[in-house]
Amino acid sequence: MGTPIIRVQGISKRYSIGGPQQRVEHLREAIVDLLAVPFRTLAGIGRPPAPSEEFWALSDVSFDVERGEVLGVIGANGAGKSTLLKIISRVTAPTAGRIELRGRVGSLLEVGTGFHPDLTGRENVYLNGTILGMRKREIDRKFDEIVAFAGVEAFIDTPVKRYSSGMYVRLAFAVAAHLDTEIVLVDEVLAVGDAEFQKRCLGKMGDVARSGRTVLFVSHNMGAVQRLCTRAILLEGGRLSAEGDPRAVAGTYLRGPQRVRYQAARTGGVQLLEADICDPEGRPLPNPLCTEPFVLQLRYVLPEPSPGTRIGIGILTPDGTPLFTSNPLDVLVEPPSAPGEYVARVVIPGETLLAGDFHAAVCLWNQADILDLQEPALSFTVHPGPSPLYLQGLERKGVVQVACRWEIEAAAPAGHAGTLR
Amino acid sequence: MSRAIGVEAQAEAPWAVVEPDRGNSPVDFRELWHYRDLLYFLTWRDISVRYKQTVLGFLWAILQPFLSMVVFTVFLGKLAGVPSDGVPYPVFSYLGLLPWMYFAGAVTRSGASVVGSASLLTRVYFPRVLVPLSATLSALVDFAISALVLGGLMAWYGLAPAATTVLLLPLAALTAVVATGIGMWLAALNVRYRDVQYAVPFLMQLWMFATPVVYPASLVPAAWRPLYALNPMTGVIEGYRAAVLGLPWDWTGLALSAVSGLALAALGAWKFRRMERTFADVI
Repeated sequence: MGTPIIRVQGISKRYSIGGPQQRVEHLREAIVDLLAVPFRTLAGIGRPPAPSEEFWALSDVSFDVERGEVLGVIGANGAGKSTLLKIISRVTAPTAGRIELRGRVGSLLEVGTGFHPDLTGRENVYLNGTILGMRKREIDRKFDEIVAFAGVEAFIDTPVKRYSSGMYVRLAFAVAAHLDTEIVLVDEVLAVGDAEFQKRCLGKMGDVARSGRTVLFVSHNMGAVQRLCTRAILLEGGRLSAEGDPRAVAGTYLRGPQRVRYQAARTGGVQLLEADICDPEGRPLPNPLCTEPFVLQLRYVLPEPSPGTRIGIGILTPDGTPLFTSNPLDVLVEPPSAPGEYVARVVIPGETLLAGDFHAAVCLWNQADILDLQEPALSFTVHPGPSPLYLQGLERKGVVQVACRWEIEAAAPAGHAGTLR
Repeated sequence: MSRAIGVEAQAEAPWAVVEPDRGNSPVDFRELWHYRDLLYFLTWRDISVRYKQTVLGFLWAILQPFLSMVVFTVFLGKLAGVPSDGVPYPVFSYLGLLPWMYFAGAVTRSGASVVGSASLLTRVYFPRVLVPLSATLSALVDFAISALVLGGLMAWYGLAPAATTVLLLPLAALTAVVATGIGMWLAALNVRYRDVQYAVPFLMQLWMFATPVVYPASLVPAAWRPLYALNPMTGVIEGYRAAVLGLPWDWTGLALSAVSGLALAALGAWKFRRMERTFADVI
């Protein structure tokens, strides 16, 4: 294989807490600081470092990626996956360590970066393409292909502000998908779009993987990781905690300790604070039965008026395949938008899940963004209950129980059918 | 890129190395050259978007210096009787306002450009310098359009441009370089301290009165001239007038202004370079 195409050596990244985006210092403080420096130096008092204000998004992460590998990067939210991609793509500099890249890096899902609403589709393809690192000549060559992939031929000279959101996303994705860098970074978390779009992304991912290019694929979808990747790494709290066969690594991630209670530190944004499994009366129920309803109790916070904020849950199998998702609008309940803390109770009806292990994912989102996604927030086991299913003493296949209607009657004797009187 | 990357990538040397920011890595000119198309499209976006959904469109590029000229002519030229080196005051002040408005516009726009491109900077890597640079380049279009009015104005007053008018090109280039350098400095500061975007328009107003835009440099006492010429725009604006109208040149003043302007620009570019890799974290 020779020299690895990506060599990551001891990468660490420190952020100041308060969020990298929220830290706006003021000139006045800087000036006061500047004036105070000589006095401080004279007095020999250096400003003591404030370690509590720091946060290591990545610490001492090292791994190699060989040419042509499809490397899955998995881990819980906040484990450092996106930070890692940002450092590899050179958007932000590491605090320590070194990365050697032996090829150009492109991000498949930075869709629509730099799209300007007033410019036409054609103009945006060129602008966006050059932002992503393509040359004009390259775009000229691929232009028809891009437009055909997006299916917006008729509107290519219309300003994109007149596009439907579907057209907009398709065009943006088409540009990114036609980058032909040697290294492709894919961050699924950024794939905000409808199901069809997500499917398209995964499809294109498969194409890219098969074309022999090197891919780093960040995903929560363990099924996709196992299907597409040749190797995977697991990040936990900014550290590399497992590396190897995608099935094994995904298993390590998902098996993780059973978690029937979720609690998060406050970030100041819209977020899930706590999640529990309860019985319908609100008492903790760590071991629900497959025959009885149980409740996912979700405590979340909206720090400011947040119209259009949605909350939803998903129940997943141990390998990460979603079984079903649910949100209050399904039953015509409008989630609140006024600031405050809320407790949502989601009743999972009895006789829905078979006995087995499950994950529950919780997502808070609005039209523009995913605000908080915990996948999985909870991991729990559903135990067999007093159900005819289990009373039969059979090992049931599958993960859900469906009360199908059965009718059995004696078949008419052969030869009788069609007899005329 | 049609360059044989595959071949190069086989070699031992990495194509790129990502390391902690020490702010002193050499400028990668090969990379800048690769991204020249992006500079073109960013500049062109700024130009084509600027007057979208306006009724007057590019007329705005003419109206601003022209109406300013009218106001200054009435109040300073006529009422206050400010001298104008023997040239009709409208022509005199327009020749000051033309480069000044380019300079002020370019500095203001490039100063705001990096914060204005936050969504780009936090997602995609490309040489950051292209952002303020495209802002000052796009302002050149307004400059060229409003320069056309100068021709009309001079014809109206029966003045013919001197042969030295061609010297406008190096002077305009100098203006653009100085504006870019200062704009880069302000752009980098603005990422950390948003105060900058409020201070700059005001600063540019004050700066205009410290520059011979609507009055001649000859009003300043001779003893103060060298200090006055340290304002990079002093020599440049006097130079514009000398070039177009064939007035005597103040070479010392121009040299002082050029040196101080280029020094400021270099300092600005250096500050920008030192801070650019933290933009995505701080912005």
